[in-house]
Amino acid sequence: MRVALEFFPVLEEWPLLLTGIAWTLLLTAASTFFGLLLGTVCAYLRTQGPEWCRPFIVGYVELIRNTPFIVQLFFIFFALPAAGIRLSAEVASVLAMVINLGAYSADIVRAGIQATPRGQIEAALSLSLTHRQVFTRVVLPPALQRVWPALVSQIIIVMLGSAVCGQISTEELSYAANLIQSRNFRAFEAFIVATVLYLVLSVFVRHFFQWFGRRFVFGASRG
Amino acid sequence: MSTVVDSTTAIDIQGLYKSFGQVRVLNGIDLKIAAGEVIAIIGKSGSGKSTLLRCINGLESFDSGQLFVQGQPLQYHNAKAMRTLRQQVGMIFQSFNLFPHLTVGQNIMLAPTLVQGISAQNAKTRALELLRRVGLAEKIDAFPEQLSGGQQQRVAIARALAMSPSVLLCDEITSALDPELVGEVLAVVESLARDGMTLLMVTHEMGFARKVSDRVIFMHQGRVHEQGAPETLFQYPRTPELVQFLSSLTS
Repeated sequence: MRVALEFFPVLEEWPLLLTGIAWTLLLTAASTFFGLLLGTVCAYLRTQGPEWCRPFIVGYVELIRNTPFIVQLFFIFFALPAAGIRLSAEVASVLAMVINLGAYSADIVRAGIQATPRGQIEAALSLSLTHRQVFTRVVLPPALQRVWPALVSQIIIVMLGSAVCGQISTEELSYAANLIQSRNFRAFEAFIVATVLYLVLSVFVRHFFQWFGRRFVFGASRG
Repeated sequence: MSTVVDSTTAIDIQGLYKSFGQVRVLNGIDLKIAAGEVIAIIGKSGSGKSTLLRCINGLESFDSGQLFVQGQPLQYHNAKAMRTLRQQVGMIFQSFNLFPHLTVGQNIMLAPTLVQGISAQNAKTRALELLRRVGLAEKIDAFPEQLSGGQQQRVAIARALAMSPSVLLCDEITSALDPELVGEVLAVVESLARDGMTLLMVTHEMGFARKVSDRVIFMHQGRVHEQGAPETLFQYPRTPELVQFLSSLTS
């Protein structure tokens, strides 16, 4: 069997591909921002919050980490309307990704927080900082720095996971590829192009967040 | 129960008890420390030295007894009162505990700007002044990991001094240092003592304790077992426990 590759019919649809890339990046950006925020708050509550809220955090993290992303997405998009909560495909996608990244990053950030030497917290308390100041100024920046590579990997995983959001008609990259191959039947080429684009996006996003972390997240840049 | 505390008393400890589980660490401590006094606390490990020190700024709670700093009672469960008290009581640790993500200057400026609301500009001027005092002005933009242990500990002293405390607690501050770096840290502490800072130091440097302190306190099994001026205490120990402790150091 011979396959003659014809990329032109796929590349011809570049506006669709571009829209797909834009949506994938947009979903990733939004879910990274809110997901890491959610994860950090959960990590704080889990490690330093009141006793009663810890089981809720553990429950949330375990629920999300032990169920498939696509089920979480379908639940938000198809099941919630039954409860009267109707969301657009895009909002449902972001929400599912935020909840998903929030759970994974809660555990990652918690590991970083728990690796904080006790003495640093005591030193900060001795300097009259409030507990919240100790957390935001002393504990969190080095904690995020410690686990940043793991967080960036998780962000990439969530970005690649966003391919599933095409299933509820969010027009991200895999949705675009699927649409293109259904128009011109160039399935092989369409998914090769999508694969290459995902690869490039991943490398780009990884480098971006490595730079972003050094520049903005851990405070002062070093050496 | 109220007590008359005269203005020259920096710290007043009355009947302090503390247990970790079944183990009684502080077994009735009574201690008055005058403003400007330099106290060396010595004793075997497990005798309660560090725990006593940590009780004074509330890093450790105590089970019963009372503790006054500058006449104010220590209220362990009142976060606001604790922060007010901690501004009076600086602490320096065995393991330096500098914040690794901040430069030397930022380490020193953090608390004055956050807690006392001092402008960044003024805090920086003050940080530089303090660094000059500990001989590290040129390191203001260095990160802790770029400094030697002795330098880190001097920065930690500057950081504690930035809050202008009236009492400084030193918890075995030279124990983690290479022997050749001990001198530079002790020199700074000695200069603080000369300048009239109230100092409480848990130390294993007997020579230093002898030279700098006004009073030496020997702790044993959670009690102040023996105390006195350094010359008398080291030369004429009265209790067999102190005799044994001192001879264990020389052997």
